[in-house]
Amino acid sequence: MSVDQNTVRKIASLSRIRVEEQDLPKLAGELNSILTWIEMLQEVDTDGVKPMTSAVQTKMTMRDDVVNKGGHAEIIVANAPESEDNFFMVPKVIE
Amino acid sequence: MTDLTSLKISQIRDGLKAGDFTAVELTEKYIAAVQEASELNAYVCQTPDQAIEMAKASDARIAKGKANGQIRALEGVPLGIKDLFATKGVHTQACSHILDGFKPAYNSTVTQNLFSDGAVMLGKLNMDEFAMGSSNETSYYGNVVNPWRRTGSDTKLVPGGSSGGSATAVAANLCAGATATDTGGSIRQPAAFTGTVGIKPTYGRVSRWGVVAFASSLDQAGPIARDVRDAAIMLKSMASYDELDTTSVDRPVPDYESALTGDIKGLRVGIPKEYQVENMPAEIQALWEQGKEWLKARGAEIIDVTLPHTKYALPAYYIVAPAEASSNLARYDGVRYGLRVAGDDIADMYEKTRAEGFGPEVQRRILMGTYVLSAGYYDAYYTKAQKVRSLIKNDFDVAFKDVDVMLTPATPSPAFAPGEITDPVQMYLNDIFTVTVNMAGLPGISVPAGLSADGLPLGLQLIGKAFDEETLFRTAGVIEEDAQFNAKPTKWWA
Repeated sequence: MSVDQNTVRKIASLSRIRVEEQDLPKLAGELNSILTWIEMLQEVDTDGVKPMTSAVQTKMTMRDDVVNKGGHAEIIVANAPESEDNFFMVPKVIE
Repeated sequence: MTDLTSLKISQIRDGLKAGDFTAVELTEKYIAAVQEASELNAYVCQTPDQAIEMAKASDARIAKGKANGQIRALEGVPLGIKDLFATKGVHTQACSHILDGFKPAYNSTVTQNLFSDGAVMLGKLNMDEFAMGSSNETSYYGNVVNPWRRTGSDTKLVPGGSSGGSATAVAANLCAGATATDTGGSIRQPAAFTGTVGIKPTYGRVSRWGVVAFASSLDQAGPIARDVRDAAIMLKSMASYDELDTTSVDRPVPDYESALTGDIKGLRVGIPKEYQVENMPAEIQALWEQGKEWLKARGAEIIDVTLPHTKYALPAYYIVAPAEASSNLARYDGVRYGLRVAGDDIADMYEKTRAEGFGPEVQRRILMGTYVLSAGYYDAYYTKAQKVRSLIKNDFDVAFKDVDVMLTPATPSPAFAPGEITDPVQMYLNDIFTVTVNMAGLPGISVPAGLSADGLPLGLQLIGKAFDEETLFRTAGVIEEDAQFNAKPTKWWA
């Protein structure tokens, strides 16, 4: 499998990364060289093999469904590029 | 008087207890050493005032502790912290432009553990952006320089990556020990390139809480240190069960230092034949052979083992790691922290912020991850890679029925020059011996064992069973003793 410039444009948009038109060929080339290399996985017989979901078998633990550390809105927005009254500020999304 | 910055953590511990020097004196020496070494670019943020305050507090506690015999494990020990670990009120940016100005309101569990044990923080260490790289050439703050140079040459070399700042700082005596993280080899490869010891513990041994996430099923923090004992002391402090990280494992942390008995009689050491790669440099081959001889001479048994899926580990990794990274890095959108680049609307703002904030390698991996997770390709790539990962893990499970530990080279070459490797796939191949360990969640340690023909450090790697870090430390300690690796880089930078 390989990617063309249209595919790169599409995945860039899905990734929310602006890619300039003139950079598409180079990126497609780089991604294709990686994809060609990982193509070797196709030769591995994985029939009946379960995909690995966890490196070490552990039991998930539950904690009580209670607010344990709340009421810190001002700390949470402290690093925001723009905030007002403890809300994150973003460009207008609804007309 | 000996240069205080040349002391190991175990010697600092003794010296402070005996009153040979104070934590403040020691910390002042380190602050001066760091300021002289700006050419190495190991630190991206220095915190000298905070360090002196922490050292003063240590001295006060030592004075009290002498009376009742209670001195904390890392009391007064000056450490460097990789920029990936959250440190309260201090620069924490994963060496990325996109986290500009980010100062967390809390400490990561690892740094909190170290500080609770009395450690002093000198500052934050340079690294590849979001830990993506094997040469420390992707940092927003510029390349880190390896203190080591080839004999008779003044060409600057890379320290490896992603924990390049950690490795350089430890090798050049700019901190007594450093925190680091390893997703595919990012502790062990830079340790090998700088003549230092680095251990990636078993997945789940060290809490990932407060560590900027790259690939969550592979990331694990560990120390880079001057010797095996120091690494054991540091890991004991860093490791803990933490309910804030659901993948951290609830089992007691052993006293790793007491595992350093030097006794490996009867130990079964596996030699995986698949690590015998094509074009392996003769000096690395020779070092590997030497390693077997050392262990054999101490009464260990050398056993050939096979890990048939080894060569598929790296390509599978370059599906799994970018896939997880593309999800983890979705949070950097210019809204909650870091850089924001204004746009016409919110989507435009996201796209411009992420285009300017992420460097080329990070962008490439996000795109790759988005592609392998996208509709129609998920099974062909991601599910396939996770199945291959099961096979890799199974290889180890089978082989570890017959052996207690495995011995391999740490890297396929010594340190190289910046700009020498430009092809992404060639760069990825640096992790060929280390990445299998992350894929299987096992512990691995890199220990310096010799010098290359042109005078650069070379490392051997030991791979252990899950949660058997003690055997790794014990065996690495034997290699360290027999290799008598005492070489230090010539101090050309100050």
